[in-house]
Amino acid sequence: MTPVTKLSSPQELAEVKQKTLSALETGCTRVLVCGGTGCMANGAPAVMEALQKALDERNVPVRVDLVDDSKEGTVRLGYSGCPGFCQVGPIVRILPSDYFYIKVTPEDAAEIVEKTVQKGEVVDRLLFTDNDGKTYAKRNELPFYRDQVNVVLADSGIIEPGDIRDYIAKDGYKAIAEALFGMTSEAVIAEVTQSGLRGRGGGGFPTGVKWGFTQRVQSPKKYVVCNADEGDPGAFMDESIMEGNPHALLEGMVIAGYAIGADEGYIYVRAEYPLAITRLRTAIAQAEAANLLGDNILGSPFSFHIHIKEGAGAFVCGEETALISSIEGKRGMPRPKPPFPANSGLWGKPTVVNNVETFANVPKIILNGAEWFRSFGVEKSTGTKVFALTGAVVNTGLIEVPMGTTLGDVVFKIGGGIRTGKGFKAVQIGGPSGGCLTTEHIDLPLDYDSLKAAGAMVGSGGLVVMDEDTCMVEVARYFMQFTQKESCGKCVLCREGTKQMLALLEKIVGGEGTLEDIELLEELAVAVRDGSLCGLGKTAPNPVLSTLKYFRDEYLAHVVDKKCPAGECKAFKGYRIIEEKCKGCSLCARKCPVGAISGEPKQPYTIDQETCIKCGVCFDVCRFGAVEK
Amino acid sequence: MEVQQLAQATAASEKESRASRRFEKIQAIVEQYGAAESALIPILQKVQEEYRYLPEEILTFVATALNLPPATVYGVATFYAQFSLEPKGKYIVRVCDGTACHVRKNQTLISTVKEWLGLKEGQSTTEDMRYTLEIVSCIGACALAPAVVINGKVHGQMTPEKVTKALEELEAAEKAEDK
Repeated sequence: MTPVTKLSSPQELAEVKQKTLSALETGCTRVLVCGGTGCMANGAPAVMEALQKALDERNVPVRVDLVDDSKEGTVRLGYSGCPGFCQVGPIVRILPSDYFYIKVTPEDAAEIVEKTVQKGEVVDRLLFTDNDGKTYAKRNELPFYRDQVNVVLADSGIIEPGDIRDYIAKDGYKAIAEALFGMTSEAVIAEVTQSGLRGRGGGGFPTGVKWGFTQRVQSPKKYVVCNADEGDPGAFMDESIMEGNPHALLEGMVIAGYAIGADEGYIYVRAEYPLAITRLRTAIAQAEAANLLGDNILGSPFSFHIHIKEGAGAFVCGEETALISSIEGKRGMPRPKPPFPANSGLWGKPTVVNNVETFANVPKIILNGAEWFRSFGVEKSTGTKVFALTGAVVNTGLIEVPMGTTLGDVVFKIGGGIRTGKGFKAVQIGGPSGGCLTTEHIDLPLDYDSLKAAGAMVGSGGLVVMDEDTCMVEVARYFMQFTQKESCGKCVLCREGTKQMLALLEKIVGGEGTLEDIELLEELAVAVRDGSLCGLGKTAPNPVLSTLKYFRDEYLAHVVDKKCPAGECKAFKGYRIIEEKCKGCSLCARKCPVGAISGEPKQPYTIDQETCIKCGVCFDVCRFGAVEK
Repeated sequence: MEVQQLAQATAASEKESRASRRFEKIQAIVEQYGAAESALIPILQKVQEEYRYLPEEILTFVATALNLPPATVYGVATFYAQFSLEPKGKYIVRVCDGTACHVRKNQTLISTVKEWLGLKEGQSTTEDMRYTLEIVSCIGACALAPAVVINGKVHGQMTPEKVTKALEELEAAEKAEDK
């Protein structure tokens, strides 16, 4: 499908916008089913099918084409991008009323069509309800969204990523027109520099400055590379932007190309994100057909082409020099810098490498100006940041807040506090390169510099909340096994050091650790940090150092008292059935995944400790409190 | 006697034509992406999609076609986690081991799947070549943690019970198909 063909001037782009807007404003009710990875997995396709069927059965005229102004009062049904609140998916949003339905099932489709689509009434039982029983009809009223500020995610969840006109209607590609026809490349770079935008992939390097370096290098060939190799476990904002608003990324890359004088760009995206890749391919095809990508964009002399490169599963490729090697078809191993990619990048040519979220901010900066962007955030960390809020909080999903929002506001206001009713223990921020924040950091502003001072980092923005049941030594072990596995093997200290650190951590969680092991672990951490070339090795010890700093007593409990205070480490636990309490209902035996529980009905059951994998299912299912840890 | 010779000759030529058909397919893949070093990773991805792993003789063939030393191709094939030099099972069960899944106790899921498939320590593919268990870092469905991907379909908020049920359903569907 090519919804828009060959636009040859900014005026023609503006006409598409007007036409789309007027077609959507003529009484069109939009039913948007979330098409993000989370909701798709949670059953969104079945909901979509049921809605289509319900509309057909009631002879509601459904608009096949998004921009079809011949039929007034019709309904448009389509997939939107991710609105962020993945916890309550599948989500269905109705526009223009902005009713926000959660956990929608195919059985709800008929009621949504009859009440909301046909009569404009709200279906109360599908609304979000808080703990006090209060319901919220509209998106922006929800506690989850109330304190958010959406810049990058503003259009994701409202537009259909599969149709370029929906993006154009939201002033999409207007920034390209303004840059190409009204700004010099120096002016574009100056605007981005003044905005204070810093790399959202975690490095935090000023984007405009990076562009300036690359622009000043004389070369007939330059490249723009988008780092979409979102490898940090626990982060999925880049995935969501690519799925929900792929054109924003493309537009940001074209502007970067114009600014530095490049005519070709690559998006290096993880193969683990098949839906994002599909959406990007569609978006590229539509942008090319509309002449918003390709030769002589919008009739200007500027040309820019974008290619997609699928990663093949190597975390280290998130490092820019490794990523460049991988695009070239080689093993993705980092190399020393300098030379920086700005001077010698892809195939030795000057190259700008930025992250998805960074590029997605650019069109907004060009359209609204640097001052507008600076109005969000704090002095040295301007704008907003998207965080992936997961773990033990009530509300999980993607959130966007101004830089400098406090940790407490994120966890308790937006996240709704701890899900399990247990106490808040820590937040792991920045993935395997990051560190932990604890109760003492509740008032810490989340920005590049404050986090660095606290021994953590923004990283790509994964926020994993942990409650009292999480063992921090085990968390450190988890991240170490991740970095150890992902070390590319080039630097000895990273390759061998992470292996030894992992062995020490395994020894400690396995109940065999000594005090000397903790000392050795600290010594090794410093050596690995100082002796590694790239960010992977330099930051690999961070989770260990930060847990040692804030949770040293937990390490000591493991090696001295031979106890896991959180009750998580298997070496220190075992499950046993208390004979007096067991009613012999056989529930635990039926639920045990390995068949380790046996007995006669109505008689006390027993657990075979040899077969038991200590998964805790029996403990969770027992209604009589007869299983003890 | 003659009949027997003829049969042998036919079998040999059939084997040969099977092999050449196989390389024809690879040749088509190489042509699709272009015989340049920068196309090596997409070519290997496509080959793996076709065969579910990277057979050794095909790696050599790709090296020759791209005019690269076989060691370079082998180096790339062993560097990336996506590539496998061992045949994989018909069904891939991917347990996500991202941070969010990890803190929501995915270890239980891993041991449940291993137990259900009858995998021994260090083994990832069942002997009958039907299942391969992969433990992957983050599939980006963190809000649905813990997640398991069975045959490309994401299952969120899994429990040992639910994962067992999903696997049993897969078995049942296959049996129904066979009939």
